[in-house]
Amino acid sequence: MVYTLCLLLFMIGLYGVLTQKNLIKIIIGLGIMEYAVNMLLIMVGYRHDGIVPILDRAMPLDEFLARAVDPLPQAMVLTAIVINVAVLALSIAIAMRLYQKYGTYDITEIRQLRG
Amino acid sequence: MMNQMHFLLPLAIAIPLGMGFILPLLGRKFTRLADVLANLTTASLVVLSVLLLISNVQLGKPAVYWFGGWQITASGTIFGINLVLDGLSALMITLVAVVSFAATLFSSRYMDQYTARGKYYGLFMLMITGMNGCILTGDVFNLYVFLEIAAVSSYALVAFGCERDELEAAFKYLILGCVASTFVLLGVVLLYAQFGALNMAQLGQRIASVEPTRGSILALLLLLSGLGVKAALVPFHAWLPDAHPSAPAPISAMLSGVLIKAIGVYAIIRVIFNVYGFTDQLGMTLMILGTLSMVVGVVLALNQWDFKRLLAYHSISQIGYVVLAIGLGTPLGILAGLFHLANHAIFKSLLFLSAGAVQYRTGTRQLDEMGGLAQRMPSTSRSCLVASMSIAGVPPFNGFFSKLLIIIACVQAGRWGFAIWAVIVSILTMASFMKVQKYAFYGKLKEKWAQIREVPLVMRYSMILLAVLCLAMSLLIVPGISAAVLEPARDALHQGVKGYQEAILVLLGSGG
Repeated sequence: MVYTLCLLLFMIGLYGVLTQKNLIKIIIGLGIMEYAVNMLLIMVGYRHDGIVPILDRAMPLDEFLARAVDPLPQAMVLTAIVINVAVLALSIAIAMRLYQKYGTYDITEIRQLRG
Repeated sequence: MMNQMHFLLPLAIAIPLGMGFILPLLGRKFTRLADVLANLTTASLVVLSVLLLISNVQLGKPAVYWFGGWQITASGTIFGINLVLDGLSALMITLVAVVSFAATLFSSRYMDQYTARGKYYGLFMLMITGMNGCILTGDVFNLYVFLEIAAVSSYALVAFGCERDELEAAFKYLILGCVASTFVLLGVVLLYAQFGALNMAQLGQRIASVEPTRGSILALLLLLSGLGVKAALVPFHAWLPDAHPSAPAPISAMLSGVLIKAIGVYAIIRVIFNVYGFTDQLGMTLMILGTLSMVVGVVLALNQWDFKRLLAYHSISQIGYVVLAIGLGTPLGILAGLFHLANHAIFKSLLFLSAGAVQYRTGTRQLDEMGGLAQRMPSTSRSCLVASMSIAGVPPFNGFFSKLLIIIACVQAGRWGFAIWAVIVSILTMASFMKVQKYAFYGKLKEKWAQIREVPLVMRYSMILLAVLCLAMSLLIVPGISAAVLEPARDALHQGVKGYQEAILVLLGSGG
C-alpha cells in the first residue's frame, strides 16, 4: 500500500539522521523524514477521480461533497512545508558556522560538550 | 464585561508576534528603545494574563474564541481554529508572562555582552508567541505550528553566542527537536486520517466513540515520544544539558523555566487528559517516565562542576516530579504536580538568572573557580540562596509545599515506592545545592574576585522579583488562594475528556 511506502520513506530518513556522521547528510535525512510526512498528509486527502475543491454553483452540493478532494490536508501541508523551509535554512546556517569554527562536517570531531 | 473576555485571547498571541517584527527593526539604531519596548511588551502580557486568570475564575467555565467566527459546518465537523482558555491555560499563560518579564528585565543589561540586540528580542518575542499559542490553542495541527514557532526560535537563541559550544549544542538540539516535531506531525496526520477532525474536543469525542484502534495507539505513541523530547523526559533528555547552559542566561531561564513546560509537559497532559482520556496504563507510563527522569537527572547533576549544566540536570529531575505527580491521576496528585510546575518555573529561572549574574561579573561557570562571592555580590547571593532552598524543599519556600503535596499524593494513592523515590531525590537535590552554595557564594573569597562588583540594578531587581515570588507562592497552599489559581487548573484536567468537550461543543449548541 502507498501509505506503507510513506512510512518506509520516513524510516529511511530517520535511519539517515541516526547513523550518518556528516552534518549535511543528517540534514538531508531530516528533509527526507519531513517529505515523507508531507506526502502522507497529501495522500490522506486524496480521492480517486476527485475534483478541485472549489465550490461550483452549477453542481449540486451533495455531488460536490461526494467528489471533491479534501482541501484541509492541502492547507496543512503548505503550512508544514513553510515550517520545514525555515528549519532547513536554520540548520544549514548552523552547519556552516560549525564548519567555519571546526573546519569539518564530521560530528565525531565536533565534540566539546560532554558529561 | 467579564464574559466578553474571550475577545482578549488572541492578544496574548498577537502582541508578542507583532513586537517580534517591530523590535528587530528598531534594535538596529535605538538599542535602549528596544529594551524599553521589550519590557513594556512583557509587562503588558503580565497584565493581560492576570486579567485572563481573574476572568476565568469569575466565569467559572472555559472561554472560547473562534478565529474569523468559523465554527461548524453542515456535516458537523469543526474546521475553524479556536483558542480555549480554561484553568490550566490561564495558569500556564501567567507563568510564561511572569518569567518572560523577569527575563527581559534581566536582558536589558545582561545582553550588553552580545551584539544584535534587536534580533535577540525579535526571537525572544517569537518564542513567547509560540508558547502562548501552544497553551491557548484547541486544535492539534495548530498546536504543532505553534510548537514549531517556539522551538525554531529557541534553536536560534541557543546558538546566539555563535561560539563553538553554542553552535554544537544548538545543532544537537535542532536535530533532536526536529525529529521530535516530525513525530508530532506524523501523529497529527494519523489522527486526522482516522478521525477526520483536528479540533481537540471533537477529536476526543470521536476517539472515545470507537474502540482503541492500532492507528490511534500509534498516533498516541508518536505524540508522546515527540512531546517527550520537548519536555526532556529521561529517555529523550540528551539535548537538554547541552542546550540550556549554552544559551544566554535569560534564555536559559526561559527554556528551563517555561519552554519545556509549555510545549512539553503541558502539551502531553493536554493530549492525555483532554483528548485521549486518562487511563491507568497511561498514568503508569507517566509515573515511570517521571521517576526515571527524577532519579537520572539528580544523579547526573551530582558530579557537575559547571553551574548552568548542573541546573540543567536539575530541570530534568524536577520535571520528573511534575510528571510523576500528574501521572497519579488523583485530584491531589494533579494539584501537586501543577503546583510544582508553577514553582519550578519561578525558582529555576531565578537560579539560571543568578548563574548568569555570576557569569556576567566573573566570566566563569565553573563552581570550583568561584568562592566567597557572597561578600562581593550580596543580592545575587541572597536571591540564589532563596531559590536553592526552594528547589531543595526547605520550608517556608514554595518548593517545600509542592514536594510535600507530591509525596502525600503518592502515599494517598498507595504508591509507596514512588513516594520513597521522591524523598530520596529530594535529599540528593538538597545535597547538590549545598555544594553550589558552598563553592560559589560562601567559603573563602578568592584573590582574583576581590575587585568584582554587584551586577547592575535592573538585573538585581529582576532576581529580587523572582525571589519574592518564591516566597509568595507558598501562599498557594492556602485553600482560598489555591481555589482561585490551582484548582481550576486541576479541574480542567480532572474532568477529563467529557468536561473539555462539554465546555467547547455545547457552546456551539450542537453535540458535534
